[in-house]
Amino acid sequence: MSILVGSESKVICQGLTGRQGSFHTEQCLDYGTQVVAGVTPGRGGAEHLGLPVYDTVRDAVRETQATVSMIYVPAPYAADAILEAAAAGVELVVCITEGVPVLDMVRVKAVLAGQNCRLIGPNCPGIITPGTCKIGIMPGFIHTPGSVGIISRSGTLTYEAVWQTTNAGLGQTTCIGIGGDQLRGMNFIDCLALFEADPDTRGIILVGEIGGSDEEQAAEFITSDVTKPVVAYIAGVTAPAGKRMGHAGAIISAGKGTADDKFEALERAGVTTVRSPAELGSAMAKALE
Amino acid sequence: MNLHEYQAKALFAKFGIPVPKGRVAVTPAEAIAAAEALGGEIWIVKAQVHAGGRGKAGGVRLARTVSEVGEHAEALLGTQLVTHQSGPEGLPIDTVYVEAAAAIERELYLSLLVDRSAERVVIMASAAGGMDIEAVAADTPEQILTATLHPAAGLSAYQARALGFGLGLTESQQRELADILGKLIKLFHACDASLVEINPLIVTDAGSVVALDAKINIEDNALFRQEALQAMRDEAQEDRKECEARAHDLSYVSLDGNIACMVNGAGLAMATMDLIKLHGGEPANFLDVGGGATAEHVTAAFKIILANDNVKAILVNIFGGIVRCDLIAEGIIAAVGEVGVKVPVVVRLEGTNVERGRQLLADSDLGILAADNLTDAAIKIVALASDEGAAA
Repeated sequence: MSILVGSESKVICQGLTGRQGSFHTEQCLDYGTQVVAGVTPGRGGAEHLGLPVYDTVRDAVRETQATVSMIYVPAPYAADAILEAAAAGVELVVCITEGVPVLDMVRVKAVLAGQNCRLIGPNCPGIITPGTCKIGIMPGFIHTPGSVGIISRSGTLTYEAVWQTTNAGLGQTTCIGIGGDQLRGMNFIDCLALFEADPDTRGIILVGEIGGSDEEQAAEFITSDVTKPVVAYIAGVTAPAGKRMGHAGAIISAGKGTADDKFEALERAGVTTVRSPAELGSAMAKALE
Repeated sequence: MNLHEYQAKALFAKFGIPVPKGRVAVTPAEAIAAAEALGGEIWIVKAQVHAGGRGKAGGVRLARTVSEVGEHAEALLGTQLVTHQSGPEGLPIDTVYVEAAAAIERELYLSLLVDRSAERVVIMASAAGGMDIEAVAADTPEQILTATLHPAAGLSAYQARALGFGLGLTESQQRELADILGKLIKLFHACDASLVEINPLIVTDAGSVVALDAKINIEDNALFRQEALQAMRDEAQEDRKECEARAHDLSYVSLDGNIACMVNGAGLAMATMDLIKLHGGEPANFLDVGGGATAEHVTAAFKIILANDNVKAILVNIFGGIVRCDLIAEGIIAAVGEVGVKVPVVVRLEGTNVERGRQLLADSDLGILAADNLTDAAIKIVALASDEGAAA
């Protein structure tokens, strides 16, 4: 078992014919993901990487019955791509694109609130259910099927958690990079609820970072709704206030959103926290003993 | 990206938001000419820097004669202004803004920003204007009024009325406020602002509402569609190394320590800094070389890192992912050779072809130390930095 995606997931790629879309879709196909079509406006009827290309998401969904879309279109067009996918009835939209303007996301979030569509990202590595379905830019080989669910705001830091749980022999059910922007689709809480309900997920790793209050809200949710062991790390203890640390969302403003506050909230919720990102795997192994 | 007050006020004027009359000057003579052109009897000479707290720092000065305007401009221009927000070195005053003084009856606070938890644009207002609004929010949160804007509805009349009553405005002032709010919201969206702040928004002795100060931050992600605003960027107000990094698509933040780091990915870059600290060292910077970590990026990154004289050792931490580690190792070796790195370098690589990558580093004869894992990397770099520190 896994959450959100698996071997049955039919995936389309918006921006398939672009450089990023081509490169990463090829990697996903190699991994075994059922990518069934691409969408590039104006290129309908063409074939790319052996996949049919459609002008619109609606056409692609009608012809392929895909339920998932991964988006690699450039930032100026990403919000539109998300809305197009949602309007076409796509159930899960994974937006990899980095640099989407926050006011675009304010609009996107307001529209999605009235629709039956989940969004992961933007500015994220994507989602993977090891062994069956990779949707995104993460290196497939570091994953192995297993029992840990991973949720993270960061890309390469997610890979650390994955690699460590692979090496510890635990493996992963599903790994979700929720993205580093201020406004994003699925949040920690949405993923925690799904992992809690997934019988094969025995433990959950949560990787947060400075900025915002998503980790604090996750801590409250864990207290009330999560029974499985959770191990957490928060990046940015040494980050100065008022400076954006790469991610648009990673900024301590008005003294709020510090790593210490987040560690404290998670510890109060009974979460095992690690101060070194190198200890995520070993802490999870210990929690599952 | 931040704008100067004078740039923000020009935008306010363009959108029809009332501001005092003012003119820009870069020399004392221009300041005098500005005061003469503005007329009146009292002027304010305001240092244009990208930091709040200018008043307390002596960057906002009152002049009762035109020659006094010139003296203030003379004293300010070409100096550094240190405020509680500017950092210890302060920021250069290359421009002053000369304004006709306004007669102030009341000082209010007004701002618009994107509230990440509400996922909406939010208006904040307070009757306690002219003060440090963060302190007001902390000490007397009941003095902060908010209105959340739904993207479909925008500002409703009832929200504007609630703010107007909350601020204790008269009926005519409430109408002026509602008008200003509507225009500010237009400006906020048209400019892709992340923050528009007016502190203070004043009620003049004649009873009208005027923006006495203006602060606008533009969201970096939206600059691609804000060409006119991009041209307003003042790099003299920004950290030189951070500007250079941006030109190479790198994300860099200076810190006070002596261990530089170069990492792919923002989260891992922060985690690397934390790990250095955890093992007793002090990071000299945050640096994200991006997902690709190409030779070109790595070379640019080494140059930026080494422009900081405090740096005693460099930790390179790359989780290879889809890019092969041997290619990354070649990039690092080329960069270390080209840049002529004189301080110890520890490299931690992980990912595809990692053994080959480590071997390349070991064979390079450049004194690059390969680390086995994250913890090993942190221990090695902290030890090396303290040796270097002791030797120096």
